[in-house]
Amino acid sequence: MLIHLGVIDHCLLLVYFAFVLGIGFVVKKGVSGTKDFFESGRALPAWICALGFIGANLGAQEVMGMAASGAKYGIMTSHFYWLGAIPAMVFVAVFMMPFYYGSKARSVPEYLKLRFDEKTRGFNAVTFACMTVMSSGISMYALATLLRSILGWNLHLCIAASGAIVFVYTFTGGLRSAIYNEVLQFFLIVFGFLPLVLLGLKQVGGWSGLTSRLAVVATRNGLAEGAWSHSWKFTGAAQSNPMGVEWFGLAMGLGFVLSFGYWCTDFLVVQRAMAAKDMSAARRTPIIAAFPKMLFPFLVILPGMLAIALTTDGGGGAHFSLPSKGGSLNYDMVVPAMLAHYFPSGLLGLGLTALIASFMSGMAGNVTAFNTVWTYDIYQAYIRPHASDAHYLAVGRAATVAGIAASIACAYTAAKFNNIMDVLQLVFAFVNAPLFATFLLGMFWRRTTGHGAFFGLLAGTAAAAAHHGLSLPAGAEPGIKGGWLSIVGPGVHHYPSEMAQNFWTAIWAFSACFVATVGVSLATKQRKSDEELTGLVYALTPRPREDNVPWHKQPAILGVLVLTLTLVLNIVFW
Amino acid sequence: MDLDVRLPIGLMFSVFGLLLAGFGLVSDPGIYAAHSLGINVNFDWGLVLLAFGATMLLVALRARRARAEDATSRRRPGS
Repeated sequence: MLIHLGVIDHCLLLVYFAFVLGIGFVVKKGVSGTKDFFESGRALPAWICALGFIGANLGAQEVMGMAASGAKYGIMTSHFYWLGAIPAMVFVAVFMMPFYYGSKARSVPEYLKLRFDEKTRGFNAVTFACMTVMSSGISMYALATLLRSILGWNLHLCIAASGAIVFVYTFTGGLRSAIYNEVLQFFLIVFGFLPLVLLGLKQVGGWSGLTSRLAVVATRNGLAEGAWSHSWKFTGAAQSNPMGVEWFGLAMGLGFVLSFGYWCTDFLVVQRAMAAKDMSAARRTPIIAAFPKMLFPFLVILPGMLAIALTTDGGGGAHFSLPSKGGSLNYDMVVPAMLAHYFPSGLLGLGLTALIASFMSGMAGNVTAFNTVWTYDIYQAYIRPHASDAHYLAVGRAATVAGIAASIACAYTAAKFNNIMDVLQLVFAFVNAPLFATFLLGMFWRRTTGHGAFFGLLAGTAAAAAHHGLSLPAGAEPGIKGGWLSIVGPGVHHYPSEMAQNFWTAIWAFSACFVATVGVSLATKQRKSDEELTGLVYALTPRPREDNVPWHKQPAILGVLVLTLTLVLNIVFW
Repeated sequence: MDLDVRLPIGLMFSVFGLLLAGFGLVSDPGIYAAHSLGINVNFDWGLVLLAFGATMLLVALRARRARAEDATSRRRPGS
């Protein structure tokens, strides 16, 4: 599928690049030390941090992946938002931000060092740094292959150009420049994809037209009519819904472990809230972000649902069909195929710019998180502890160069050995899955010790790997998809889908980490005094005072409002 | 230097809006029949972007004026 771009489309793309680079250069003048470069001077208002917070998360996986899932699983994909994001965002705002922002920590690994010990910080810093570089490399590779396949552009040129642009604005303006660009990208993505949804809905005859077409999709897949248009109704048994998961695995695996693990402990997003100008703004950041996040399913999942509805039953003279790959539908092409179908030259330029922006915001988010963790938690902690601020700023800038170079190397590795990247991603998933148990215990149980946290993490990682090795999604061969321990003897457990296997891997990892952390903590001595733990543990931290704060600035009230609205959405699309 | 991010956002969307709406006026109507259900989406969406961009610019400029007035009143103690 090749799309031909006109002059107007190229103009829009160039205007966007000019603004992205321009922001980097203007912000550069305000960077005088590490606090400006890595923490944006802790001076940003809540709404900017909030849009950066979701902008950094609104990478390509989100836009392309959620549309693909929308086609594959229907409205059940909304669980990644209304179950798997909003509650965790409210939790991090109300309960965890006081520790992150209120303690002296400048990063998530540094919090672990203050709360536990050096080895727990080191473990988290190194795995996180590797993961960010890899994610940014995969983003780069995905962008380049996409542009090659739909526009016929040169792969190497795309990798080099996207790397160069992200480099310029993260190198010059640091975190502030990255956040400002994420805000810009956020609006661009909203305005770039909204017409797609509006045109698609108009063609199928609104929501009722869409559901009647999706009923055909569902019955052709051997499921009940509403399987694509109800989010909870068919989760009583894994076999009755397209995702192949039952409500418990969904709620515990996605809604609790994976979602809280990501939104509450991933420095990529937490860093955005920590850039806020004061504690109140930092706490409001994730909640303000939750409002637009709540509506994203309509922007990113609906195009996928429309695409599958039009492909299966191309009524209304749509003549649209998803491209296929190896005999089955290529869901990853939902967004590009819909853009090419509905957008004429002009709007097409805007849509493509939005798509490219989503890749770049994902990349830049990773790069800024990487240079901070590298400089504060690896370089300053282990390589050169007592250097000047100017030295660390220079190291941060050098880390930006190195981070992007490593991302490019990763992009080429992904191009060469598809499997190696899958294996690495799996390893990182194992490392991440138990992390939330460590934070939960660390923040809310003062008895948790450094040894408990560290060995709990190791046990959780081992449990995740073991569970993956002993289970297999339906229809898969033992190997990268799981079941690799079956080679040494034991039989494997079969899950109805890959999604179900992922959720249960997370549940096992969390539980193992939780139990091991509690066990080891009880068996070891707490070396930190109550004084040292003040500001790091719930029971020893004074509650932020909100005496004269108006209701619309109070995290708890805003949080209840967000959760109520989310509940309403869950019920409406039940 | 502290950049108000609403300024570049407002500017960029205004430029986008003008480009798209302008292109919508001169482009061949056939492309809309072929793609966007016969609707001149370039013109219509261009106006939407322009309205958003202009609003952002307006808010940014008003905030700037308010900051400037604030600074002058602080420089004149007693006023």
